[in-house]
Formats: sequence, structure tokens, C-alpha cells
Amino acid sequence: MPADLAPAPGPAATPASIRFDRVGQIFDTETGPLEALRDVTFAIDRHEFVAVLGPSGCGKSTLLRIIAGLIAPTAGQVEVFGLPVTRPRDDIGIVFQKPTLLPWANVEDNVVFPIRHTRGRVGSADRERARKLLSMVGLEGFERRLPDELSGGMQQRVGIARALLMDPDILLMDEPFSALDALTREEMGFELLRIWEARPKTVLFITHSISEAVLLADRVLVMGARPGTIVEDDIVPLPRPRGLETTKNAVMHDFAGHLRSLLLKRAA
Amino acid sequence: MTLPATSEASSSSVRPDRAASLPLGRLLVRTPGALPILTFVAILLVWEGATRLFGVPSYVLPAPSRIATGFDAVSIERWSTHVWSTLRVALMGYFISIVVALPLAVLLTRSEVVNKALYPILVVIQSTPVVAVAPIIIVVLGSGDAPRVVITFLIAFFPLVVSTATGMLATPRELIELSRSLRAPAWREITQIRLPFAIPYIFSALKISITLAVIGAVVAEFVAADTGLGFFIQFSTSMFRLPEAWAGLGLLVLLSLILFQLVTVAQRAFFPWSLPRSPR
Repeated sequence: MPADLAPAPGPAATPASIRFDRVGQIFDTETGPLEALRDVTFAIDRHEFVAVLGPSGCGKSTLLRIIAGLIAPTAGQVEVFGLPVTRPRDDIGIVFQKPTLLPWANVEDNVVFPIRHTRGRVGSADRERARKLLSMVGLEGFERRLPDELSGGMQQRVGIARALLMDPDILLMDEPFSALDALTREEMGFELLRIWEARPKTVLFITHSISEAVLLADRVLVMGARPGTIVEDDIVPLPRPRGLETTKNAVMHDFAGHLRSLLLKRAA
Repeated sequence: MTLPATSEASSSSVRPDRAASLPLGRLLVRTPGALPILTFVAILLVWEGATRLFGVPSYVLPAPSRIATGFDAVSIERWSTHVWSTLRVALMGYFISIVVALPLAVLLTRSEVVNKALYPILVVIQSTPVVAVAPIIIVVLGSGDAPRVVITFLIAFFPLVVSTATGMLATPRELIELSRSLRAPAWREITQIRLPFAIPYIFSALKISITLAVIGAVVAEFVAADTGLGFFIQFSTSMFRLPEAWAGLGLLVLLSLILFQLVTVAQRAFFPWSLPRSPR
């Protein structure tokens, strides 16, 4: 049998992780309808790291919530792994802008919370996995601490470990580092790359920081505001693995400059 | 630290509370309970002194020493009967308030229909002066514990409903989205996220309601009862035995304080994370 007739296993045969086809979203608000997204079309490959860059209020978070199945778009089609999104899926992890941990639960209990929440109880294997994830995000020894006793960066690490617990194929991150100070933010970015390289996933990373988008992503989608549309879709011309040296790369500065002028032009 | 007299000037320039940097002030601030007890004793001394100095008759304001003899005039058995009677009604009304208020708050926050249908009624009940309704309730329900428990419940439950509902709606949006994205059953969203998040709000209301429950029990006793501290105070007053009435009032205040403290201790013991943490 010719090989090209049977669907070959591997990345070539898998449908795109996430596909948007002319997606629009209009919210009914007290002041009348608000068009958050218009005609948004893009596709993200499996294990691709895509940053969505745009000014605040451009519908970036709406985009993420549509993929998560938390809101249904008012126009167009959204598919995840070839299937239309009608409700939340098991294979998607979300990291929010604020870590939003449970203040009464210790770090380990916060990480296993998705399991307690869906199944009602937590097994020792789940706890073992949680501890491994915690040591992966650099929080070994903090399992029994309360969220309150951790710094903002450490809390967000717990949030990331929680999102990774179910080993999702897709990781949605809604400005996850924007509440952190500049140094911690950069450090967390490199940490995320390390985790992503160890456990490849499709990542949709929402940010309003140009350098963060360029440093982390394979591809950058630039959004314009009111209504939110994709105005640019660029491959980041930087080799992997990336690290501190990447920040000194001239190509990075040129590309970041290109994105900056794009955003400024839109704003003007 | 070793030379408090000389270091006082420099430390008071950073510390706003000058008294706390004096050796005696520091000791008082550090010994738990020392300051409130001292204040209380001081008030009693001034009270005693003033009533003696100005010859205030005991039916206007009995001196603390007269109240003490008033307390002595009643046997411990009779006191405990009255205290138990009031305590029993207050606690029953309080627990029924909790049992009714928490599910009601859950319903109010879950269903728009229930909220629109019930909330106005709750406000009407709360706006009705329970003291004025109390005689009617007594007539309807007879003279046992039941009408008094109902009156207590009516006074104590409203803060619990409102606070619990407010707390449940103050849950961070992200956690609700997390719950929805996990497709968890809705009741777990309530038990594992919303209700725990409402704990600080619930305890604020529990503290308010426990003192309201004592008030409710006393109001009920004023209207119709043959036992209880409220009844005793009213009875003693009508017999012109004012020192005894004051002694009963003192016990009532003590009862209220102890119950309030028990709620505070329960919160500290079981939900330490829910205590406010910001500096004053």
C-alpha cells in the first residue's frame, strides 16, 4: 500500500492544534453591543509556541477564553485538534494573569486541586506528580507553605504547576508574568522555555510585552484593537534554544523594532 | 534596650505611641489582656467613687459594690436557671439561623429566579421590627421555647444570609473559570471554591449574629417568659430591686462576650488563613 494513502503518524498528519476561521465575538453590554473580535483567522501547529501581542482591550483574553471553551464565539468556527470547541476540554491548561491560588490550601494541595475538583479525591500518584512538577518549577521544599507565604513569582510558579498537572497538550497563558517585577519576569520566561523544551506543548501566550513575545515565541500574532483583529502574523527569526544571549542578539532588536513600529502605527 | 530611660527619646521619635516605649507601657502592651482589664478596673473604681461621693441612689445607678450584693442575693441555682434559659434559646436560634442562612445564601447566588423571588421578601422580614412582631409570634406559637427561638432566629439570620452571599460572589473570576474549564460538577464549585472563599465573610456575620441572638432571646423574654436573664431583669426592675437587675445585666453582657469570643476562637482554630493580616 502506498505510504501516501494511509494517514502517516507524526506531526504531518495531525490537524492543527488550534484553528480559528473568521471568528467574531460581540458582547451585549449595558451600553450596547461591543465587538471584541472581528474576522480572526489563524492556525497554530502542534507544539508551536505562539505569542499574541496587542494593546490592552484588543480582545486577547477573549481569544483565550474562546479556545478554553469558556465563551462561545458569535461568528465563525473554532477547532481544537480538528474538533469544534463546544465546551471546555480536558487537554487544555490555563495560567491566569493573577495566580489565583486557594488561600486556605498549601502549595501541594493547590497544585492537585484540579484533580480534587474533578474527581473528588486525590491519590498518592497525583501527589507524587504534583511534587515532581513543583520541583520542576523550582519550588521543592515549599509544598507545605501557604500561598500567602510566597512571593508573587513563586505563586505564579504554583499556578503554572497547577496548569501542567493534567499534562495538557495545550497551555493557554493570559499575561502570566505581567504582575511580576522585571527581573522575575525575565527569569520566569526562561523557566517557561525550559519547561516547554522538556515537555513540548502547544502554547498560546498572551502578552503586551514585545520583548517577552519575541524572546519566547516561535511566532507572534499582533492584534489591533476595537474590534480585535489579527494585523500581523510573523515567524520569530531567532534560533533555539534561547537564553540570556538571545537578548543581546541584533536580529532580536530589529524584529522587536519592527513589531514596535507596527503597534505604534496602529495606535496612531 | 538596656537603657530605656535614655533610649526613650530616640525610640519615641520613630514610634508614634510614646507610652508603649516606656518600660511600664511596654510591659502592659506585651502582657495579653493587661490593658483592657486595667481599663475595666479603672472604670469600676471611678463608678464606685462617683456614686459614693455624690450619693447617687441605687435605683438611679447602684455602685459596683451594691451590684455585687445584688448578685449575692440570688442563689447560684436560680442564676444558672436564668442563664441556661437565655443561653438555650439564643443558641437554638443561632444554629437554626446558620442552618437556614447558608443554604439560602447558596440558592440566592445560584439562581436568578430564586434571587428575584426571595430577596425582596428577606428585606421585608429584615425591615419589620421584630420587637413589634414578638407579641404576635408569642400568641401564635404559645408560651414554650418555640416562639422565643423563632424571634431569635428572625433577629439573627439576616446578616448571615447577606454576608455569605456577598462572600460567595466575591470569589475571583479566574477560579470560577478554572472550575468551569475543568468541567467540575457545579456543587463542587460551591463546596470547594465559593463557600471556602466566603469563610471570612461568614465569620464576620457569625460574630454579629451571636450577639444578635442574645438580644433576640432577651427581647422574647421581655414579651413572654417566666425564666431567663431578660425576664429576671424586667422582673427585678418592676420589684424595684435595681442592684439585682444590674447584676443580671452584668451576667448577660458576660454571656454575650463569652459567646462572641468562642466564635473568634473557633475561627482562629479552624480557619486561621481567614483572619485579616494587614497591619493596622
